[in-house]
Amino acid sequence: MTTVVSAAEEFVPPSAPDFWQPLVGEGAFALTRSMVVMVLVTIGLAVVMMMVTRRLAVVPGRGQFRLEGMYGLVRNSIGRDIIGSAHFKPYIPLLFTLFTLILVNNLMGIIPPIQFPTMSRIGFPLALALGVYVVYLVAGVRRRGIVGFLKNLVPSGLPWWVVPVVFVLELVTFLITRPVTLTLRLFGNMFAGHILLLLFALGGEYFLLHGGGLLTVISIPAFLMFFLFSAFEILISFLQAYVFILLASIYIAEVYADDH
Amino acid sequence: MAIDNAAGVLAAAESGEGGFWESTYPVIPHPGELIVGIISFAALYFIYKKYVVPRLETMLAERQKTIEGGIERAEAMQAEAKAALEQYRAQLAEARNEAAQIRDQARAEGQQILEEMRAQAREESERIVARGAEQIAASRQQVINELRGSIGALAVDLAGRVVGESLADDARRTGTVDRFLDELDGMSGSGAVAVPEGTR
Repeated sequence: MTTVVSAAEEFVPPSAPDFWQPLVGEGAFALTRSMVVMVLVTIGLAVVMMMVTRRLAVVPGRGQFRLEGMYGLVRNSIGRDIIGSAHFKPYIPLLFTLFTLILVNNLMGIIPPIQFPTMSRIGFPLALALGVYVVYLVAGVRRRGIVGFLKNLVPSGLPWWVVPVVFVLELVTFLITRPVTLTLRLFGNMFAGHILLLLFALGGEYFLLHGGGLLTVISIPAFLMFFLFSAFEILISFLQAYVFILLASIYIAEVYADDH
Repeated sequence: MAIDNAAGVLAAAESGEGGFWESTYPVIPHPGELIVGIISFAALYFIYKKYVVPRLETMLAERQKTIEGGIERAEAMQAEAKAALEQYRAQLAEARNEAAQIRDQARAEGQQILEEMRAQAREESERIVARGAEQIAASRQQVINELRGSIGALAVDLAGRVVGESLADDARRTGTVDRFLDELDGMSGSGAVAVPEGTR
């Protein structure tokens, strides 16, 4: 208790190093808290999905109904409507994996006692974005061949001197911009959201324990904001999962678009 | 407590104890986490691809089939109902038509029967009148004949009594009487039988 008082003479805002939480070991291959969350979520999802889909009925029960709602959103509203009914089927497992994995991992940011958003560690969104990257590149090259794929980057009917510029821009978009933005969007949202939550929680705690006098009262709005933003994080969690697979579908859909 | 942890971590970072992974930019991916991310993602993807999605797709296809079957059945039933309604309507129209026809026919028949009855009654009455007339004529003739027979005898009797001579067997007598009667007839029937002066 004395250490807390002495350390809290001056408020320390939450920052990036707070997200580095090694549990076992040190360095590049340390076992971190986010790894444990990721593995637990993956196992949990696999078990739940296997159990719910073990006996599917034409007339669904409650659990199946919820699963179907989520599956229908990914399969029909995103997969079928964006990729197109002719080609979307092989991509359903990818989109459904991405959606459930991102959604549950994001929700872990506010669910006690875990309360750590896996995706605020950039390695995880990067892993997912790399999966999407490989899938849409392989699908594109398979469909048109490498030459056709590269040719298809440039829309037809451009003046000859514009072609090299557009080609380079499109190539950079395809190879670098897309996976990077896909990664950074998810990472940034979860990172910033969690920083905000930490700020309200730590700030409220600071005012409550060390404010003294009237400042103690300020902890009440701070904690209220913490709850408000926790609720807001639920929305963000869903939205980010949705946006991620929406963009993944758009990138895949481009493979099958016959013209730019 | 979170604040303990955060404060401790921060203190460690400031004193350079946390090492590279703590103090580096948060956009530098941690290799261990990247690998765990890829493995988790791949494992879950494999499970979904192999089990979860095929099961869901099978169920959806089955449901689609069931629904389509239901729709087909409903459509067939609807068509059947429609056909039955059409048939019923046609029958109703036919029945109405028939009823109207029967009504018309009945009316015509009634009219005809009335006409026939009327004619029959007229005929009957005429017949009755004719027979009455005939009967009257016959009675009259009978009376005349009777009178003709008895009046002769009465007249002769009377005349014989008056004259005092019996004319009964006389052959002439008949002729006289007949002639007298004929004259009587010829006087165009005034009810009273006038006795001619000669026979008196």
